[in-house]
Amino acid sequence: MAVNADIAGRRYPPAPVYEVGRAKIAEFAAAIRSEDPAHTDPEAARALGHPDVIAPPTFAVIVAQRAEAAVVQDPESGIDYSRVLHGEQRFTHHRPIVAGDRLVGTPHVDGVRQAGGNAMVTTRVEITTESGEPVSTAVSIIVVRGEA
Amino acid sequence: MGQPTYDSVAVGDTLPPRTFPLTRLDLVRYAGASGDFNVIHWNQRIATSVGLPDVIAHGMLTMATAARLVTDWATDPGAVVQYGVRFTNLVVVPDDDRGAELEVSGVVSGRDDQARTVTVDLTATSRGEKVLGRAQAVVRLA
Repeated sequence: MAVNADIAGRRYPPAPVYEVGRAKIAEFAAAIRSEDPAHTDPEAARALGHPDVIAPPTFAVIVAQRAEAAVVQDPESGIDYSRVLHGEQRFTHHRPIVAGDRLVGTPHVDGVRQAGGNAMVTTRVEITTESGEPVSTAVSIIVVRGEA
Repeated sequence: MGQPTYDSVAVGDTLPPRTFPLTRLDLVRYAGASGDFNVIHWNQRIATSVGLPDVIAHGMLTMATAARLVTDWATDPGAVVQYGVRFTNLVVVPDDDRGAELEVSGVVSGRDDQARTVTVDLTATSRGEKVLGRAQAVVRLA
């Protein structure tokens, strides 16, 4: 089944609120072997001017991928998850993600194009707080391998 | 080493290169922390059955590890205002005590006087092959 090019330009409903916990930030930082105290020690984070511990720059992917699931799972998209590879990822941080944030990710499909038998789907997840403050924009390109 | 300031950084400056190990344990831990349980990152049987050479690292783990060169240099992980990469090659992680090695280096390629940000171009290789393309971070400095 081919990827449906008509999904380009679509915006999907936001994923449920994701509440960022201190323990989750510490767990993620440990998983990437970052020992930066700004991820684990609220005092160290405050010394840098942050209100509480902050997440590593790629932590936003957790919120982004939860939201992107709406696109991949949309039966109309024609995306077969077992054929998906991650092609590209980009984050623009309007501010760091901080413990206590209640984040909402709204997924958009910015483009679908064919390249060498594969489909490249560009998704953009706008991450804001519950009250609408912009936090991060996560753009990813997923490659859906064609059936050889 | 103190925090670099905007005025102390020039185009062409290099960030000290580092080698980061990536083991099977790192992949399992990252799967749990990120919620990405794709089997190709922990199950050799399935990875090889879909044509991969072995278990491969999550692209996002490679991306996160490469960013540590920048965040450790900047001394504030919140200073990274933009970060993007292309995943150009697989990082194969063998089932032994050493795992894979990710070699990361960086060079300052631009400065923005208005925003007081610098752009760092990153190079990440594993087994001599470039695993990230167009890897770039924009860092706000005091």
